[in-house]
Amino acid sequence: MPAQLRAKILSGGRLTRKEAVRLFQSDDIFGIGRLAGEVARRKNGKKAFFIVNRHINPTNICVSRCKFCAFSRSKGEEGAYELTLTEMLDRLDCSSMTKQAEALSAAPHGFSEVHIVGGLHPDWPFDFYLNLISAIRKRHPKLNIKAFTAVEIDYFSRISGLSVHEVLTRLCDAGLQIMPGGGAEIFAEGVRNQVCPEKIPGGRWLKIMKIAHAVGIKTNATMLYGHVETYEDRVDHLFKLRELQDKTGGFQAFIPLAYHPKNTEIGGRYSSGLDDLKTIAVSRLVLDNFDHIKAYWIMLGEKISQVALLFGADDIDGTIVEEKIARMAGGLTGGAMTRDDLIALIRKAGKIPVERNGLYKALWRG
Amino acid sequence: MARIDRKKALRLLQKAELLELGEMADAARKELHPESRVTFIVDRNINYTNVCINRCTFCAFYRDAGSPEAYVLSENELFRKIEETIALEGTQILLQGGLHPDLDMDYYTGLLRKIKERFEISIHGFSPPEVAYLAKRHSLTIRETLMMLRLAGLDSIPGGGAEILSDRVREVLSPKKIRTEAWLKVMEEAHRLGMRTTATMMFGSVETPEEIIDHLDAVRTLQDETGGFTAFIPWSFQPGNSELARKAEGGRRKAIKQTEINKATAVDYLRVLALSRIYLDNVRNLQASWVTQGLKMAQVALRFGANDFGSTMIEENVVRAAGVAYRVTKDDIISAIKSAGFQPAQRNTHYHILRTF
Repeated sequence: MPAQLRAKILSGGRLTRKEAVRLFQSDDIFGIGRLAGEVARRKNGKKAFFIVNRHINPTNICVSRCKFCAFSRSKGEEGAYELTLTEMLDRLDCSSMTKQAEALSAAPHGFSEVHIVGGLHPDWPFDFYLNLISAIRKRHPKLNIKAFTAVEIDYFSRISGLSVHEVLTRLCDAGLQIMPGGGAEIFAEGVRNQVCPEKIPGGRWLKIMKIAHAVGIKTNATMLYGHVETYEDRVDHLFKLRELQDKTGGFQAFIPLAYHPKNTEIGGRYSSGLDDLKTIAVSRLVLDNFDHIKAYWIMLGEKISQVALLFGADDIDGTIVEEKIARMAGGLTGGAMTRDDLIALIRKAGKIPVERNGLYKALWRG
Repeated sequence: MARIDRKKALRLLQKAELLELGEMADAARKELHPESRVTFIVDRNINYTNVCINRCTFCAFYRDAGSPEAYVLSENELFRKIEETIALEGTQILLQGGLHPDLDMDYYTGLLRKIKERFEISIHGFSPPEVAYLAKRHSLTIRETLMMLRLAGLDSIPGGGAEILSDRVREVLSPKKIRTEAWLKVMEEAHRLGMRTTATMMFGSVETPEEIIDHLDAVRTLQDETGGFTAFIPWSFQPGNSELARKAEGGRRKAIKQTEINKATAVDYLRVLALSRIYLDNVRNLQASWVTQGLKMAQVALRFGANDFGSTMIEENVVRAAGVAYRVTKDDIISAIKSAGFQPAQRNTHYHILRTF
């Protein structure tokens, strides 16, 4: 890590694209990691956030069959499923929770957020989703509702004939507060066409996020890396996010997602653990206008996620009772960690565990 | 890098930032291995029996002699496993087992001779508890025992059974297993006979940071005298399924509860690994334990001091019994080493390079 670059970053200077690519190329993981750790400390102190939330994947039937996805099915295909509104509401009903789920989320406040993402179902109308959000809001007035990636929002707009702005406004009015950052994948067109040709273009994803922020919905952002993209593609992705964040300030967290090769059409290998850590660190350094960098443990594995807390990450997501998408692609974790496991992991990394809600409000501090 | 003393080692283990420790270890590794190569061995871990009188609390593998799951491998089965190993370009078998009350010196020497008559393969076998057990059984000295095994075909000795070289810890974890002094004695005698051995350390159970330093120091001190250790292999205690985690009884209950708190996380693993590289300046090779840590963490370990990926583990029964199972092929290992930025190289028992990839 050149001293000049270090000094520049610590005095609030911004990385150029060229500098960011050089960081990815560098093998100085200690210099990069330490600097990212320092930047994270300035933003969040010694805090490392986690959340106790519930995931709902309403359906795995999807009209868009991305090559890297092991979760999606076509209608009528073996293993295809769709949940009814009642089934989904039941999953948020504590009394119907299985004992195991209860134990896993044993928290002073129960769970504070529901996270809903699913396939692009060929038959469900937009009203189905709108009703889902309203029904949850009615039954759980205080629950943070995080739902629908930009890809789903785009789909809702197409099936309803409403503008994206209108779709988002209605969802927001119904109770949607936060959108997950999925579907960003990698913005660079050439790679995107190889990895997910049927998915909305990168520009469209960014535009939808911009509108969401304008409507008052907070969102996350992701990047899928470790498949066929170059370092330049990663930097391009990060810079597009940084530019939009300069304008809107609506992004809460950035979540780099390591590509999982199992059960997908692209195949290939797992990204290296060193690449995972470096990607966290460089993201922390480039995205100086993002408050949070998340090391999503269900994708990275709990070990790499824990180490990532020393490479610039300040959030490891949460205890996830039902998460099918990563697991079907050979996610590196056994399923769920308990709240105590998460807390111990954070403490042993020398950080202070803070349980947050969906909007990063602290609910409990260890 | 100048040699560090115990006091400094303890300070580093407890106080240093992980990345600072990693950077020091990485520099130490580069000094010893400037060629940016990471080695591995193709071998098979053959556990000839799971019957063991030691019944260590942390072990999920052992069975009592009368158990329906008790086994002793037949010769044919053993030979078949070796044939498969050679077919997969394996150069070594790691022959280890429990302390079976019915197996005597004739069994061991007979087994070694029969293997050597049939196959051209290195036998890395019988950790110090097995050697000490045989010696005691036949009222032989350690040296005599080792000479007989060596004559029959034993090439080198694995560093297992070291756990933590502190008798306080051994009293809790493995009260029937040989003590620190006896473990070191077997290694010393083996080295003096010209045999090479490795040394392991199982941490993250009931030990204190001081006891980790004691362990490293014992290995370093012996190595200064003999130079016989080829590699050091730290790995973390895997609590699943073992008695230690399952049921704590009697006076040891409190100490055993400590293992829950002590349970080594990824950060702890990297910390101990890095310190091992820094402290053991006279042990040339340091192994990353992908079996207990997974491939991604093993890759990270290559920048925290490790220069060897250990074995491709055609078979690993002991750790699998504790509920840790990473299915990994030789190709996975080669590509994992490459993507971590190193050149993969297949080695033999003595860390001589056989081929690079």
